Amino acid sequence: MELRQSVEKTAKTVEEAVGLGLAELGVARYQVDVCVLEEPTKGLFGILGGRMARVKVTRRVSPEEKAVAFLTELATRMGALGVTCAPGQTEDENFKLELTGANASRLIGKRGQTIEALQVLAAVVYSRAGGNRRVLLDVNSYRAKRQESLVELALKLAAKAKFSGRRVIMEPMGAYERRVIHMALQDDKDIVTHSEGDEPFRKVIIALRQEH
Amino acid sequence: MRELVLFITKSLVAEPDKVQVTEVQGEDGLILKVSVASEDIGKVIGKQGRIAKAIRTVVKAAGPLDQRICVEIES
Repeated sequence: MELRQSVEKTAKTVEEAVGLGLAELGVARYQVDVCVLEEPTKGLFGILGGRMARVKVTRRVSPEEKAVAFLTELATRMGALGVTCAPGQTEDENFKLELTGANASRLIGKRGQTIEALQVLAAVVYSRAGGNRRVLLDVNSYRAKRQESLVELALKLAAKAKFSGRRVIMEPMGAYERRVIHMALQDDKDIVTHSEGDEPFRKVIIALRQEH
Repeated sequence: MRELVLFITKSLVAEPDKVQVTEVQGEDGLILKVSVASEDIGKVIGKQGRIAKAIRTVVKAAGPLDQRICVEIES
């Protein structure tokens, strides 16, 4: 991850040296860390033996940038060439990462297992860099499409539960997918949902709300 | 495959210079032995092995379908 860009500059004053560094990196003052390597000293009569200021200006890399760089390189190293990683935001302000490309589909895995794994790793890199949002990863809109069909399925099974008066047990699903089901049915006043069982076989149960 | 594990592990730990990955040809497949600084071992394994599991899944996805690959972590 060669993201850390820094330059060393020498000038008469610390300010000037920092200015030179900012110009070279093409960033603003708030985007960098400055380390003064040598304070300038005035020499005799202001000319002789004077020492210039030497500073190291380092571009601060945001956790988001780190996560993007990590995923892009990881995808390439996994043999998915030409994959691009776009950062974004979900409706609930989580940090969304989307991998796209002709070769990206191999990063999905059976039932999205590989997406899940990549998301875990990206989230670790992101949070260790200081990021504090939830990380959501999608590959070639797999999750978006899957989400649509999950919501559809949830509504259908809720109708079935109401019609039969019995609870409906769903297939085992990952945490993310279970969440989608819970969210889809949370506004239905006649239905309650919860999960039972242990990972990776944890299942959502759709049941009728008991009248008191 | 070794390079891939090296890259992932180095991205996760506090001391990337102490990461070593060695390849061993085991009886039924490739074994990748990951060695990290002892303070970093938790960072590579994670709560209930979540991170270790993710690394294994990624390595499996990157390798050929018929290859068995085993990732072992030690300090």
